[in-house]
Amino acid sequence: MAMTLSEKILARAAGRAEVSPGEIVEVPVDVAMIHEGTGPLALKSFRSLGLEKVWDPSKVVVILDHYAPSPSEAAAENQKMLRDFAKEQGIAAFYDIDQGICHQVLPEKGHALPGQILVGTDSHTCTAGALGVFATGIGSTEMAGVFATGRIWFKVPESLKLVYRGSIPPYITPMDIILATMKRLTSEGGNYKALEFAGPVVEAMTVGQRMTLCNMAIEMGGKVGMVAPDAVTLAYLRDRAKEPFQALAPDADATYEETIEFDISRLVPQVACPHSVDNVRDIGEVEGTTIHQAFLGTCTNGRLEDLRLGAAVVKGKKIPPSVRMIVIPASREVFLGALKEGLVQTFVEAGAIVANPNCGPCCGNHQGILAPGEVCLSTANRNFSGRMGRGAQLYLASPQVVAASAVAGRIVHPARLWQAG
Amino acid sequence: MPITGRAWVFGDKVDTDVILPGKYLVLSDEGELGKHALEGFDPGFVTKVQPGDIIVGGRYFGCGSSREQAPVALKGVGIAAVVAETFARIFYRNALNIGLPALECRARHLFQDGDPVSLNLETGEIRNLRTGQMAQAKPIPPFMMDIIAAGGLMNKIRVSLPKG
Ligand code: SF4
Repeated sequence: MAMTLSEKILARAAGRAEVSPGEIVEVPVDVAMIHEGTGPLALKSFRSLGLEKVWDPSKVVVILDHYAPSPSEAAAENQKMLRDFAKEQGIAAFYDIDQGICHQVLPEKGHALPGQILVGTDSHTCTAGALGVFATGIGSTEMAGVFATGRIWFKVPESLKLVYRGSIPPYITPMDIILATMKRLTSEGGNYKALEFAGPVVEAMTVGQRMTLCNMAIEMGGKVGMVAPDAVTLAYLRDRAKEPFQALAPDADATYEETIEFDISRLVPQVACPHSVDNVRDIGEVEGTTIHQAFLGTCTNGRLEDLRLGAAVVKGKKIPPSVRMIVIPASREVFLGALKEGLVQTFVEAGAIVANPNCGPCCGNHQGILAPGEVCLSTANRNFSGRMGRGAQLYLASPQVVAASAVAGRIVHPARLWQAG
Repeated sequence: MPITGRAWVFGDKVDTDVILPGKYLVLSDEGELGKHALEGFDPGFVTKVQPGDIIVGGRYFGCGSSREQAPVALKGVGIAAVVAETFARIFYRNALNIGLPALECRARHLFQDGDPVSLNLETGEIRNLRTGQMAQAKPIPPFMMDIIAAGGLMNKIRVSLPKG
């Protein structure tokens, strides 16, 4: 039987010739990731089992990224707990607060390989799907179960194929493409499903750009968001993968619950408005909205590709005193790249604050929480009420739109910024 | 065995940041988390809710983050079960894994805040004891029922572990 990408991976993992949607399969886990936001609860559950050792420390990745360096005693305690755990368990893949956001660090350090089953106690674990990994977020207790047994069950999801064609218009980034997809599918349109991103537009993207698409799969409820591995994937992994892998691809005649085609040739920049990620408008509808903070970063759009776009917009310009612009590279590798290319200098000269790689204000922990009534335009993936401070209004857009709006002091189409000089 | 409690009726897409704002992710104690349950919706919720109360929600309950602290906070404040038209995937798994019953059912239109609810996990029967109206939930998949019967995933794994 022909299978989709996620069916292929689940079948391989389950040691079966084929699987079909709706079936429950129990599979061994290749990579299990925790961070200090949800990891402590996993450890608490794990300890309650009375076990001393995780099933296989070489498959566990521990990352401190959600609030780094720690902004409070409680946060410091959580980080210490994970540090101690990694040491006690002999977990080599431990990344302290200097390394960056888990979803960026996992692929960069070669922990996410095509064909694997990767679980993490974070909903955006689906980001690694950009490399053809079956990667999904799970809860803390479920992770304790994985730590104990090395296995997890999945219902084989129905697959949706999202195919992107057309030529990319100016000022259009993967963020605009995925926000337009959100608008069409809605935030529950992919609930329980596997999303496969395909088509010439996706094939032409870098791994980093594909990660922006896959990152947002969960915002449509998706279990996974994936891109079939190709030459771009293999080139990315050449110096990163430390073990062999099987680059499984979907069968050409696989059955999808639905195939949705997008022609992006006429797409204009997209903005998600408060308080739902699928409340997406064409930029023209929200232009002129005053902003107090512009945030460029996160696991959605904090990569070198994104910083380059933002820096090109603010270069030689001044961010007005009415706006705080915060730039946070997604990882140390990204940060180093940005330093080398002079992007950090460009941002700082324009008046932005550049912080160390971590999640920053994205889920309301530190480094830019807003006051009630304030407006933030961000490159993140979520604009739920209260996420970055109670009573704040969150809009989401591409790095270019965020940077241009920071300079303008209000939401603006990047093209207009150039016109205005 | 039916569970009975008072209904709290919610709309669609009650997300995890509303159920438990991210700043409380530093907590892991059920009681402590319970003090902030649904704070993003109504900071006074915890003073009004009573142990045994039941949430009756709309579509896509618990969407957003994978934070298990969200269902733990609901359990911590004494919520006995969540009924919703549909759940976000991770929330559903988390709720059942920590022993908070979650039933998929279109029942919201039958309830007002404070109505007495009775629900039967085995049969999926949900009843408004004030009006007598009834709705039928989708059955909980058998292996999930095993987890609930064991009192959560940890208990289920505990008994399956080799002794000694
Ligand atoms: S950057 Fe935001 S969305 Fe991404 S892992 Fe961190 S908190 Fe979650």
